[in-house]
Order: sequence, then C-alpha cells, then structure tokens
Amino acid sequence: MTTFSARVPAGRYRFRHAARMEWIKLRSLRSTWWTLVVAAVGAVGIAVTVGLNTENAAGDLTNNALAGIIPSLLLTGVLGVVFMTSEYSSGMIRATLAAIPRRPVLLAAKAAVLAVLALTLGEAAAFIAFFAGGATLPAGIAAPALGQPGVLRAVLLSGTSFCLIGLLGLGLGAIIRHTAAAVAVLVGGVYLAPSILGFATHHIAAYTPILIIGNSLSTTKPVLCGAAAAQCPHFLPPLAGLGVLCLYAAAALGAGWWLFARRDA
Amino acid sequence: MGMIEVRNLTKRYGGTIAVDALSFDLRPGMVTGFLGPNGSGKSTTLRLILGLDRPNAGQARIGGRRYRDLRWPLREAGALLEAKAFPPGRSARDHLAALAASNAIARSRVDEVLGLVGLAGAGRRRAGKFSLGMAQRLGIAAALLGDPPVLLLDEPVNGLDPAGIHWLRELLTSLARQGRIVFVSSHLISEMALMAERLVVIGQGRLLADTSVAELAARGPSLEAAFLDLTSGSTEYRAAQPPAVRHPEASS
Repeated sequence: MTTFSARVPAGRYRFRHAARMEWIKLRSLRSTWWTLVVAAVGAVGIAVTVGLNTENAAGDLTNNALAGIIPSLLLTGVLGVVFMTSEYSSGMIRATLAAIPRRPVLLAAKAAVLAVLALTLGEAAAFIAFFAGGATLPAGIAAPALGQPGVLRAVLLSGTSFCLIGLLGLGLGAIIRHTAAAVAVLVGGVYLAPSILGFATHHIAAYTPILIIGNSLSTTKPVLCGAAAAQCPHFLPPLAGLGVLCLYAAAALGAGWWLFARRDA
Repeated sequence: MGMIEVRNLTKRYGGTIAVDALSFDLRPGMVTGFLGPNGSGKSTTLRLILGLDRPNAGQARIGGRRYRDLRWPLREAGALLEAKAFPPGRSARDHLAALAASNAIARSRVDEVLGLVGLAGAGRRRAGKFSLGMAQRLGIAAALLGDPPVLLLDEPVNGLDPAGIHWLRELLTSLARQGRIVFVSSHLISEMALMAERLVVIGQGRLLADTSVAELAARGPSLEAAFLDLTSGSTEYRAAQPPAVRHPEASS
C-alpha cells in the first residue's frame, strides 16, 4: 500500500497567516464597509450640524466638532461584536479553528486586523469631522487650529476611541458569543451606564467610556460645569482617560481570550 | 503521515455521555465508513479529533500529533463538519480564499477546488443563496483545499442529488486509492456499502464494531439486517411500531 505523501512545506502557520485570513473575512463582508462608512458619515454630519449652529466662540470648539464621535462609536463597537459572534451564528468558527487551531493566535489576529481598520477609519473620521466642524462655523468665529494647545491631541485621541470601542466589542463577542446579547451588554455598558451611574455617584460616572471619550479624550481644556460645579465629576485628564479606556478593552479581550481558549467551539 | 489513532476518547456534556471510551485506528488507502444511529456520537467524535471540543479523557492523534499541534492543519487534514458553515454574505471564493491564506495555500488552488466540486460558475455568488447540495459541495471544496492526506467528512452526502452522490462516491474512492485516509460518517448503511471498505460502527458513544464491510454483511441475511441487529441495543430515537391499518369498511 502506497501512502499518499503530502507536499507539506517546512515551517508552520503563524500569526501573519491568521491575520491574512481574518483580513479577507472582514473585507469580504459588505456589512463591514457600510458600518464603518455610516460611522464616519455620522461623525462628520454631526460636526457640520454643530458647527453651523454655533453662536459664539465660548466653550471648546474642538470638543464640539468631535461631538459626533460618541454616537458613531456604537457602530464600531457592533462591528467588533459581530466580527466574533458571526463566527458562531454562521458555524464558520469550526472551519476557522480547523485552519488555525491555536486559539490565542486566532484571537490576536482578529484583534489586530480590527484594530488597524478601526484606527485608520477612526482617525480619518476624527480629522474630517474636526475640519468640517471648523469650516462650517458662522462668520466671525475663528475655527480651532491643530497647532493650538491640546487640539491635535484631542483629535488624535478621539480617533483611537473607534479602535478601543471596537476591541471592547470584540472581547464582549468572545465572552458572550451571541450577537444580540453582546450588543445589549455593549450598549448598556457604554451608553446607559453613565446615565445610571450619574445619578448614583458623579465620581464613578467620570470613569464610564462615553464620559471619558466626551470629556477627557476629545477636550482641549478641562471640562467645568459652570453653575453646577458642585455636582461636577472630576473628569480624568486625557491620557489617564485613554489608559482607562485601554484597560476596559484589555479586560474584555483578556476575559474573552481566557474563555475562548477553554470552551468547546 | 501514518495513521489516525483514537484512544479511549471520552466526552460528557453535563450528565450525558456522548462519546464513551472510544478507540479505533484509521488506515490510509481506503474509505472507512463511520456509522451509527442518530445521536450516537459521530459528530462529537469528529469534533474531538479536530480539537474543537476538549475530551474528558483519551485523545486522538493524526500522524502521531494532536490536531492542534499540526503545523499546517489544512494541508495535513481536511474536514467537513456541516454544510452552511459560512456567513451568508460572503462569496464562495472569498470563503475559500480566507481559508487558503490561513495555511499559505496558493490562491490558484481556490479556483481549482471550485472546479473540482462543480462550483466553478458560482464562485462569486453569495454563499448564503446556495442550496444545501451546493453548500455541501463548498464544504467539500474547503476540505480539499490543502490537498491533505487525511479527509474527515461528516455526512457529506446530505443534500446531494443522486448525480452528486455518485460523483462524491467516485471522488472519495479515488482519493482513497491515492493512499489517503478517508473517513466518512453516515447513518445510511446502504450508502456506506457502496463506498467504504471498512466500517467503524458506534452506538451511544461506544464502539460496536470495527470491521470490514464484507465481515459485517456475513453476520446476517443482508448488510442492512446485520447493521440493524448490531445497533438495535443502542438506538436512542426510535419510532413506535406503525399502528395496524384498519379497513374503512371495518369502522362503519
């Protein structure tokens, strides 16, 4: 009996092979592109609306121009969730793991591919929103410039929030595995928690994702609450806010990785 | 690449035992049928061999290694676990291209296997629109992508039309003749009689027979009768005896 001799090349599959697979998967779904385009268009559209309706130069005009980032983040978060949960809902996970059985390699590849795509699009959306918001200010109000203190940092950090919320979604998808439940947790954790916690305690509210993005990352000067100063939370400084947001994404991905490596697929 | 060795493989889900201390070997050069009634643990066994589920005890080795330790899994073993295991919006070609990239398989191989399974004209269509038979062919294409010396196929004839079943039978027997391991699960003894040389028969997760088709057939008046007799003690889902037919006149 002759045994079929496979032409198996030397070496073995690596992270880059898994990343190539995940990139083809992500780009070959139309939902990926319309999700990201709607997110970017939403961010820019809100910047234009806010710009056109600005009455005076008081306040943080950079922060105003970046106001559309927060609603748009929901879409990148959902993209992150679905990038993982669609594997389970479609049954693709079994073909995926048959191709790349080392699960940490697979999840790392998914995270890297999603992060690069969401970061690229997030930065593009943040910069376009910033310039569109400035360009549509009424005559007489000077648009903020990237060279002014804190402005470039606010725009750059707002762009990173797309990536971090996307990774948070991916982690939640790996933990929960069901699209609807994971999206519900994402919306609850990112959008509803601040309003609920805001009533209970203002200081904890400052650590919730959208208040970090809205009042820490995308600001050029510390947020003060004027007349309501007594109840105003102490918002985190920008880099501390970025650090906390990274921790949330890392915690979700870490828990997702731990479960993914152990559970039956 | 030698054999597949399954040793004492055991899997429990909660309190139910799905695979119970199962041991068998698979040899190259022939089609081995994997037979058992519905719910007997065939799919679970294949999932355990592929490392998708963790066994509670025992192990399966392909050429001496666990599946998860294979260097280029798709080039060393190809598997079909279920039809329609892909997102509906992706084209057949993109689905295969993604899998090819994961194991550094040449892109030209994608069109090659699409042609081989008769989907050359459907590569750009959204796979979600495929019929069950076409989805099954796409799954077979994915298993063949790495030209592997081992093929593990779970119920591959499901959804295929008679011409498709004939085609698959010819394909699998010719792949086996080239010296590959071909392991095909089915609950249809008649189909296996036409395709397989050896049979691994399980019931309620336990090995009932590891034999040749000829040996099993010799145990009863027919192969089917011998199979039914073998599995009679371990059939979990069985219809009640049909009620006696009453004549219409008798009731009036």
